[in-house]
Amino acid sequence: MQDDRPVVGVIDYRTGNSQSVVHALNFLGVPNRLLTSPAQLDGIDRIILPGVGSAGTTMTYLSEAGWPEALHARVIEGRTPFLGICVGLQVLFESSEEQDATCLGWLPGTVRAFNGADVRVPQMGWNQVHRTSTHPFLAGLPEAGHFYFVNSYYADPADAGDVAATTEYGLPFTSAVARGNIMATQFHTEKSGPLGLDLLERFAKTPQEELCPA
Amino acid sequence: MPGLNVATGLTTRLIACFDIIDGRVTKARRFEDNIDVGDAAEVAASVYADGIDEIIFYDILASAQRRQADLSTIRKVAETVFVPLTVGGGVRSLEDMHAVLAAGAEKISLDSMAVRNPSIITEGSAEFGRQCIVQSMQVKRVPVTGEIPSGYEVFIDGARQATGMDAIVWARRGEELGAGEICVNSIDQDGTHEGYDLEITRQIAEAVNLPVIASGGAGSAEHAAAAFTEAGASAAIVSSLLYSPRMERTVPVGEIKAELAKRYGLPVRLV
Repeated sequence: MQDDRPVVGVIDYRTGNSQSVVHALNFLGVPNRLLTSPAQLDGIDRIILPGVGSAGTTMTYLSEAGWPEALHARVIEGRTPFLGICVGLQVLFESSEEQDATCLGWLPGTVRAFNGADVRVPQMGWNQVHRTSTHPFLAGLPEAGHFYFVNSYYADPADAGDVAATTEYGLPFTSAVARGNIMATQFHTEKSGPLGLDLLERFAKTPQEELCPA
Repeated sequence: MPGLNVATGLTTRLIACFDIIDGRVTKARRFEDNIDVGDAAEVAASVYADGIDEIIFYDILASAQRRQADLSTIRKVAETVFVPLTVGGGVRSLEDMHAVLAAGAEKISLDSMAVRNPSIITEGSAEFGRQCIVQSMQVKRVPVTGEIPSGYEVFIDGARQATGMDAIVWARRGEELGAGEICVNSIDQDGTHEGYDLEITRQIAEAVNLPVIASGGAGSAEHAAAAFTEAGASAAIVSSLLYSPRMERTVPVGEIKAELAKRYGLPVRLV
């Protein structure tokens, strides 16, 4: 029997929590592979960039392995569906206040620190996500569902059209972005219980023409 | 005091904390006399289905036996339970941290090891980010002295060894060193079901700007509510309440949350 289900590649760099994403994809019955180098992108239909830790360290590890160029070719030029998680969302922007990192720059905007607001940092726990866009990735998201967040920094997109969902933590911030084939969540979809699994499943299994509007 | 959950949008968090021996969950009283509760993967699956917000594993014999944490148990749980997992016990180096994260954990809990070698907090924080490092501390009420002005002293090695260090001083030091969260385990209240030590939890929550976890003593939803509203905790460990064989009646997570929401108006995540 021919298996035409999309194969999801999970980028594995030194400090990411790629294994947690793999556990979730296995649980959902999604064919997947851990990718430790861009040479392993052959046969991969969708890409997830998980993340924990800091933007600067993440960019260093990604650059050492040659990921920025390879991902640009596959995601920006090739329009492969892409999902960034947590720091995997933050590095899509031009720069981050964290370690003054220069990031991938796929989306205009910067990443800022939660400071000034009278809140404990890092934000750690379950917070409500409010959908603000009609992008198909988040269709079916319940209003004000809870997802698991762990972050000291948040993205501040320059193009309001990229904002897919918002959340409050001392101030309203962007908790998901979506532009065509590029999707990302600040919260950990792989650790957000059944609601998070639903989103991962949606990313992994929805037909591409339905998931990624031109 | 920042961090009242109501103001931030975050829900209150209920955490199950497993003392693991040979792949099984056990329950202690005042850090002693562990009795068997059940297979770790089964207990985890059950509390996950009921809506637990997070799970912490303490491999309580790993340090004494000078071995790594029980990775196969962590992996087994991480394959079917999709809420954050924290692992403590047997973590002595960055390589140990890599191994437990690779098994599917997101956070590392450092306790006695951090007292012996505080720089491990800084190293872990630099490598994985502050959010990955939980500073866990065993605290005990003692007479107020010049050395211990808060009246709470830090103990290590399963509450057996006094350190001479004030709990507040150690919490502030941990925040400076790079911890992302502080778990305050009361030795006096552990396993008693009589309520958390609100006094030291509140003192630490006021002393640092990190999320603080109240631990030790939960016997009712009312106790958890007090940890959030009176002590400023961001999360509460409710292990005994969920499954201690010493409790007359255990309570499912969903029931505790419903009471937190209904009786105390606290934000909770329902599944």
